[in-house]
Amino acid sequence: MSAVKAPKPARQRSLHERDGKKLFFMALPFVLFVFVFHYMPLWGWSFAFVNYKPGRALLNCDFVGLTNFTKLFLQPVMRNRLFEVLRNTFGMQLLHYLTMPLPMLFAIFLHEMPSRRCRKVIQTVTTLPNFISWVIIYALAYGMFAVDTGFINNMLKSVGLIETGIPFLTSGDNVWLKMTFYSLWKSLGWSAIVYLAAIAGIDHEVMEAAEVDGAGRMRRIWHITIPELIPTFFVLLVMSIGNFLNAGMEQQKMFSNAMTKPYIETLDLYVYNMGIGSGLISYSTAVGIMKSFVAVVLFSSANMLSKKVRGYSMF
Amino acid sequence: MTAIRNKRRMSVGDRIFHIVNYTVFILLGLICFYPFYYLVINTISNNRMVDLGMIMYLPQGIHFTNYVKVFEVDGMIRAIFISVSRTVLGTALPVIFTSIAGYLFSKEHMWHRKLLYRFTIITMYFSAGMIPVYMNMKLLHLMNSFWVYIIPGLLSVYNMVLVKTFMESLPAALEESAQIDGATYPQRFIHIVLPLAKPILATIALFGAVNQWNAYMDTLLYINDSELYTMQFLLYEYLNQASSIASSITANTDMSMIDQATQVSTTALRNTMTVITILPIIFVYPFIQRYYVQGVMIGAVKG
Repeated sequence: MSAVKAPKPARQRSLHERDGKKLFFMALPFVLFVFVFHYMPLWGWSFAFVNYKPGRALLNCDFVGLTNFTKLFLQPVMRNRLFEVLRNTFGMQLLHYLTMPLPMLFAIFLHEMPSRRCRKVIQTVTTLPNFISWVIIYALAYGMFAVDTGFINNMLKSVGLIETGIPFLTSGDNVWLKMTFYSLWKSLGWSAIVYLAAIAGIDHEVMEAAEVDGAGRMRRIWHITIPELIPTFFVLLVMSIGNFLNAGMEQQKMFSNAMTKPYIETLDLYVYNMGIGSGLISYSTAVGIMKSFVAVVLFSSANMLSKKVRGYSMF
Repeated sequence: MTAIRNKRRMSVGDRIFHIVNYTVFILLGLICFYPFYYLVINTISNNRMVDLGMIMYLPQGIHFTNYVKVFEVDGMIRAIFISVSRTVLGTALPVIFTSIAGYLFSKEHMWHRKLLYRFTIITMYFSAGMIPVYMNMKLLHLMNSFWVYIIPGLLSVYNMVLVKTFMESLPAALEESAQIDGATYPQRFIHIVLPLAKPILATIALFGAVNQWNAYMDTLLYINDSELYTMQFLLYEYLNQASSIASSITANTDMSMIDQATQVSTTALRNTMTVITILPIIFVYPFIQRYYVQGVMIGAVKG
């Protein structure tokens, strides 16, 4: 570090250089690892341009150019399914965006609770689901919502509101809403932590000054707390734009069944079902490539947006 | 401080606000807590009543047979072993490799550091996609191998950047004095940098462990061999094909000998397996809570 500042005697400099080379060779295995697991998969993109048959070497597959891409749009069955998948992805992501202010509200109102102990208990309980896998969440949801033995159905039956169980998990109604509810259940408490940390950083004197001036609770929240939290909200919003198409599939895979499938299949799940499930490696790679390109475009536009509004780039 | 103030002059509006606020949050807490509670009371209650959906608020006919029987499920012990080994190895090794890589990249005079570093971090912004990655695993002969759980995660680029940034913020003088005393890079790394980097490494380890324990996608994608199934995946399979596992147990036991109340059923086994899969998370949860705020940075990327 000091070598940069002042010129050193030749002997010392060469020592320093040798040191630098030593570090280079020590770092090389890690770079090689990154190459093998992050760059090497890129050769797989070539599958999108051939007619891949399992068990055959890539070079022995027929080269078909862009047919795999054009077929996705031109063949009516493929096109309909692709549009359905895109509709699901957009629909669920849109609902996700609509719920984005909720963690902020959660944090604001939790902070208004006078009892520190109460705050702590509620935070502990609501954050736990974030660390539970989707497999377990499905098991919990099954316990709550199953038709015959589920808690909700039994409760409604015992109160006399319904005669037969409602198939919460095995019906195609309101699938997007249900998915949004589950992921909100998982992440609400956890996502609020960022905002709670930001609220803790707000200057007490500003709050007290507002109170002395006669501002009520809601006024203080509206004019002080929320404006202080908006930058954080904005950062999270911009960051999520780059992930717009990454609606994921872990959750959807768990809750997917014959009834929910037309509404639950997101882009990722579609690629999985088509590639791993049906063995259509070439098609699914083509879909994946298109997704990657859209993601890059989204990332850079999010970055530009952030540069414009905030004055520095995010990534 | 706010508490004292509020006590002094609690207006009617304030009182209504607090009542509504507490009610909403207690409801939210219940919604988060009740599914866990419901699950647990259903594993320790009379199995017949559970099957009829009669256990709703309080356990009845408490027994712990399910927790004994669950270990007789085909592949259960093996799945626990696989899950524990992948969590231990898949947490310890990445922490070691990530901290070494972070340390090396924090050294500014590394030859071609900029090039290597850019080459590494650029991978955070693109991904080849699920199928190409899948084909790559095939090429590397990681399909149907235990190592597919460990090797691809040995170095997380994002965590490495966090570690590097943390190490760069440490006072350089500490290491320089050791350097003058003739300490080599490995010595300086182990004796000076590592002890100081404990908070960030603990965060990475805890969140990494939770991710390892919770993972099921990699089994779904890369593993066909049932000997390598994890707890999560066994549960996943079980949830998918409900009744088969219970019958594998009851077939082994003489029906007439069993007390109806404790006779294992599909539901009871499913619930008990779920509880067992949640338990490790509950145990590490208090430790995780200490690293919440640092963890948010990791969680932000992994989603």
